Amino acid sequence: MAVKIIPLNELEKLFAAVALTKKLYLPVEKAGQYDYAPWEPGTGYDPEVLHTVKSAKGVFFPQSEDLVRYKRDGFSLSIAQVAPEDEDFVVFGVHACDVAGFEVLDRVFLSDPVDTYYKARREHGTVVSVMCAKPEETCFCGTFGIDAEQPGGDVQSWISGDTLYMEALTQKGEALLDQLDGIIMDGNDAENRKAVNDAAEEHKEIMRKLPLADLTTDGFGKEADLLTLFGRPEWKELSSSCLGCGTCTYVCPTCQCYDIREYDTGHGISRFRVWDSCMYSDFTMMAHGSPRPDQLQRFRQRFMHKLKYYPDNYDGAFSCVGCGRCLQKCPISMNIVKVMKKLGGADND
Amino acid sequence: MQKVSEKVIARARELMHDGTVSKVVGWKAGEFFYDCEPNVFETEESLKDLVYNRFCGANLSKYMIKNSIASGGEGAGKVLVLLKPCDTYSFNQLLTEHRIDRENVYILGVGCEGMCDIDRIRERGFKGITGVLEADSGNELVITTLYGEGKVNIDDVLLNKCDSCKGKAHKIYDELISDNEDEGPRGDRFEGVRELEAMSPEQRFAFWQAELSKCIRCNACRNACPACSCRKCVFDNNASGIASKANTDSFEEKMFHIIRAFHVAGRCTDCGECTRVCPQGIPLHLFNRKYIKDINDFYGEYAAGEEAGQRGPLISFTEQDIEPGHAVVKGGN
Repeated sequence: MAVKIIPLNELEKLFAAVALTKKLYLPVEKAGQYDYAPWEPGTGYDPEVLHTVKSAKGVFFPQSEDLVRYKRDGFSLSIAQVAPEDEDFVVFGVHACDVAGFEVLDRVFLSDPVDTYYKARREHGTVVSVMCAKPEETCFCGTFGIDAEQPGGDVQSWISGDTLYMEALTQKGEALLDQLDGIIMDGNDAENRKAVNDAAEEHKEIMRKLPLADLTTDGFGKEADLLTLFGRPEWKELSSSCLGCGTCTYVCPTCQCYDIREYDTGHGISRFRVWDSCMYSDFTMMAHGSPRPDQLQRFRQRFMHKLKYYPDNYDGAFSCVGCGRCLQKCPISMNIVKVMKKLGGADND
Repeated sequence: MQKVSEKVIARARELMHDGTVSKVVGWKAGEFFYDCEPNVFETEESLKDLVYNRFCGANLSKYMIKNSIASGGEGAGKVLVLLKPCDTYSFNQLLTEHRIDRENVYILGVGCEGMCDIDRIRERGFKGITGVLEADSGNELVITTLYGEGKVNIDDVLLNKCDSCKGKAHKIYDELISDNEDEGPRGDRFEGVRELEAMSPEQRFAFWQAELSKCIRCNACRNACPACSCRKCVFDNNASGIASKANTDSFEEKMFHIIRAFHVAGRCTDCGECTRVCPQGIPLHLFNRKYIKDINDFYGEYAAGEEAGQRGPLISFTEQDIEPGHAVVKGGN
């Protein structure tokens, strides 16, 4: 591992250097809440912030994006496709769970038929991950085999004391660190490697103590019997107070469903795509009506997708990364952990 | 709180056991101490998970639309619902709007000393929260976390709606379990509105722009709101021309919440659920309170949900009503 270092109080210099040539996204505070937004001088970075409200997925898969614009001019109509992303950008400060979330989206959007817009953003984006500072009681990334101490991405980094330690994992990552030569220092010595290892060990110790550390995926995934799981009577009580809002889906790093809509701008039409939610009554609406008329069915769809359909389609991989946002944000405190404990294997009791 | 809690749970079990009710709409113990969820209990056995504690902030009134109508029928039994004092305003308002079948509901009014907000505890720097203990004095919480222990004053971590509690009196119930004397409302609930009114239009615009641009259109506010009980919301109706799943532009971003607040004006009981459930922490109650304050100023004090069957000032014309031009005279304020 080739370690590069920079003191935390010089991060502003690093951000400014990146922003000279590329757009830089990082967790930014706005009216008391953090979300990924473009960096501006003075934005700062708070390593203590565990979660942005929305996950980092919006950087590659925005909540809404225009696809086509129609414009009428007298009797002629012009149709223009919105060009996919063609400028390089950097996402800084992504934690292991959200990086794993990108991989969940990659399997869907980068396999045939490839999603042009998503692919363009993935190709132009460089992900700089950071090992999370203080995991919350709602964290359970370990359940899905995610190594929080090796957060991944193109460059992964750790904070120990007053220093950020960085290591490139891909060519894109190396190119970024090369570009920052002079701002970041070479720190590839035994002392620094030990600092990183110690920070990781300390982190691992916390991960072991998390209340959800023993949660397993037993009873779900490829091996589980689809119809048995689908027909479990417990879905009724689990969904009995679901409000049918989209909070869980919109804060989730792995929810990937979208709708395509058109908007009358007054002098033309914009066709755009927008995150959808299986919790909504008009989700996958068809000519004959909704295939899931009750909230029980919509609720079941969301968890079956994460824990059964997705693993069936993608070689056993789950569509949950254990970030715990739904645990913190659901208005009625229902969430995937409660579902897994109710319907999963005996180990989860 | 402990004493009331035990009595409430015991009484709910009794009412289910003796057949007075066939279902209980209450709060269920969560994974942690703070994530109690609204739940429909259908068997005596399931009631083992019924809880009533400092973290039962959710207003259960709206669940009675579905559960009171779905009940009924010969021998189906009533549905028990646990309502805190503030929740009873919402229940009354839904009765006024003919959205609940009163005959099928048994209301157990439950005393409340204020509900705590886990987000406010987190905002005070607690991370990895694993436990809580209410100190005997009744005004402190001892918080244990993965990273140590600390204390908070309960008054500092109450839900926003409890900061200006309406009072400890239940406005409707069949049976009451409460140790609280009604001392009337707590705090000045219009303080935040006055601060906004004192701002210049530019400042006010900037304030709402910052807040509303955080909105992710998850509809949690609408879906939790007891006043938002339309069978099909115009924003979900594809035939309406304004159905939307994201804010398509900055105009819509601002207007969605303003329109919603107008739609519930005069019917909003100020139950505070919109602000409680917003994942982005937008102080949506300020819109509703602005309209409540204006209604009070224009038509005299009015509290939606105080009694079932009230006719609100916006739907009952009197010759003393304020002239529509009044707002213009006031310069739009």
